[in-house]
Amino acid sequence: MAEQVITGWRKWMLGIGEQCVFFARFFRNIFAGGFEWSEFVRQCYEIGYRSMMLVGITSFIMGLVLILQLRPSLVELGAASMLPKTLAVSFIREIGPVITAIICAGKIASSIGAELGSMKVTEQIDAMEVSGANPLQYLVVTRILATSLMVPLLCIIGDAIGLFGGFLALNFTDSISFSLYFNKCIASLDFSDFLPAVVKSVFFGFAIGFVGCYKGYNSNKGTESVGIAANSAVVTASLWIFFIDAIAVQITSLLFYK
Amino acid sequence: MAVAKEHIEPKKKASAQKDEVVIHAQGVKKAFGDKKVLKNITFDLKRGENMVVLGKSGQGKSVTIQCVVGLLKPDEGTLDVFGENVAEMNDDELKQLRIKIGFLFQSGALYDSMTVRENLEFPLTRVLKLTDQSEIGKKVEEVLDGVGLLDAIDKLPSDLSGGMRKRVGLARTLIVNPEIMLYDEPTTGLDPITSREISELILNMQKKYKTSSIIITHDMECARITADRIVVMNEGEYIAEGTFKELQKSDNEIVRSFFNE
Ligand SMILES: Nc1ncnc2c1ncn2[C@@H]1O[C@H](COP(=O)(O)OP(=O)(O)O)[C@@H](O)[C@H]1O
Ligand SMILES: [Mg+2]
Repeated sequence: MAEQVITGWRKWMLGIGEQCVFFARFFRNIFAGGFEWSEFVRQCYEIGYRSMMLVGITSFIMGLVLILQLRPSLVELGAASMLPKTLAVSFIREIGPVITAIICAGKIASSIGAELGSMKVTEQIDAMEVSGANPLQYLVVTRILATSLMVPLLCIIGDAIGLFGGFLALNFTDSISFSLYFNKCIASLDFSDFLPAVVKSVFFGFAIGFVGCYKGYNSNKGTESVGIAANSAVVTASLWIFFIDAIAVQITSLLFYK
Repeated sequence: MAVAKEHIEPKKKASAQKDEVVIHAQGVKKAFGDKKVLKNITFDLKRGENMVVLGKSGQGKSVTIQCVVGLLKPDEGTLDVFGENVAEMNDDELKQLRIKIGFLFQSGALYDSMTVRENLEFPLTRVLKLTDQSEIGKKVEEVLDGVGLLDAIDKLPSDLSGGMRKRVGLARTLIVNPEIMLYDEPTTGLDPITSREISELILNMQKKYKTSSIIITHDMECARITADRIVVMNEGEYIAEGTFKELQKSDNEIVRSFFNE
């Protein structure tokens, strides 16, 4: 029993070491020359476009539901006019980035994990390496940079759609014009709400790409390892996202909300 | 030291060419955990020679050639390719070496998100760094024609049969004109007619491009057609060596079992 715990921890520590090495190799290969632009653009398209619908729908529903949930409390407090501001601040700062990132962890991290995992199992990665090409540069660098770029963009789109969902929900009961609603939202936001959220979602995107690539690239060679790679990519990436979120809020409050 | 002398000498006589040793393995050992996969592998591969490695599955045949290209590192022993120890190479040297070695994977290992054309273009643009589109296109068509699959140029690997995949895999490794070819079970899982075609293709490639090859197989027809020399591998060791005819007369039981199938 104790032995199992010790070997478990040992494995975990070794895993951390391996991830550091993987990160170093990724980082070196960004600047190694011969950046794979066309593959990078293709990945951006795949990652961004394919997840847009899902992010859009979830953000829309989140915005709608939040207004419906918040409304009774705020009306009770006589602060119904605060609804747009409350939604805008909570959505831009926290809910938008986290929802988008979690959705992307489920969709993108798993598909990267499965794709690279199956390339590993079918020896495609070995074949690339043995041919003298650089699989890390072609497969890993492009994917990680693409997620780091696309997740923040998806997050911004999700924010806008979420606020729109809130507008519709508000119009179930009150009637507020579109321009008044959005003016209220924008007026309640400032730079210190927006910037940290975008920066944080860059890190979310990085975590999603990195974990997906790491799990896929280092999976074992049995057929069952493809499933394992995809699954553990989602679980690990989701954990990372909450972890980064917790750190981000500390840093943000130090820097902005004194 | 004796080891080093042995392989430097033939290198000096490179002008003699015929006996030039391109791969020299001396006492190579490799274990995974407690499992000793390679126990003592020693062989020389000469320029222009086809060496066939016979052996049941799980004897360490694939592990041997993975050591040759530096995918795996031997635990003990030396493995020199073109006179340089593979295990001591840095990334750049390894890359330069790999350009000169073609590796045909058991599965073909085609990049399944790319068409046949893109598969063949990959080593040209990524490894040889060619940029001239018309030159690339010409090369791709020429090599694909060589394996008789020009019709399949715009197909995806998933639309190809097992034999076609192997042939595309072969074309993809040959397109950079390697000096050494390593074939991992090139005919396994194919029907007898296709197997024969592949075996003859291997022989033609040897004649046309003067490549030296290691061919791993348990297909005796393939061994008969392609081999200049055969070694038999069992439990991580070579237990017999000779030409097809010589081994046919062997009274070793394991060797006999291959010929009596
Ligand atoms: N990367 C690896 N990690 C652990 N074990 C391996 C690895 N590669 C091969 N083996 C083991 O080594 C043994 C020999 O494998 P291999 O060389 O593929 O046999 P074959 O002669 O059929 O090609 C097998 O038992 C296999 O499980
Ligand atoms: Mg094998």
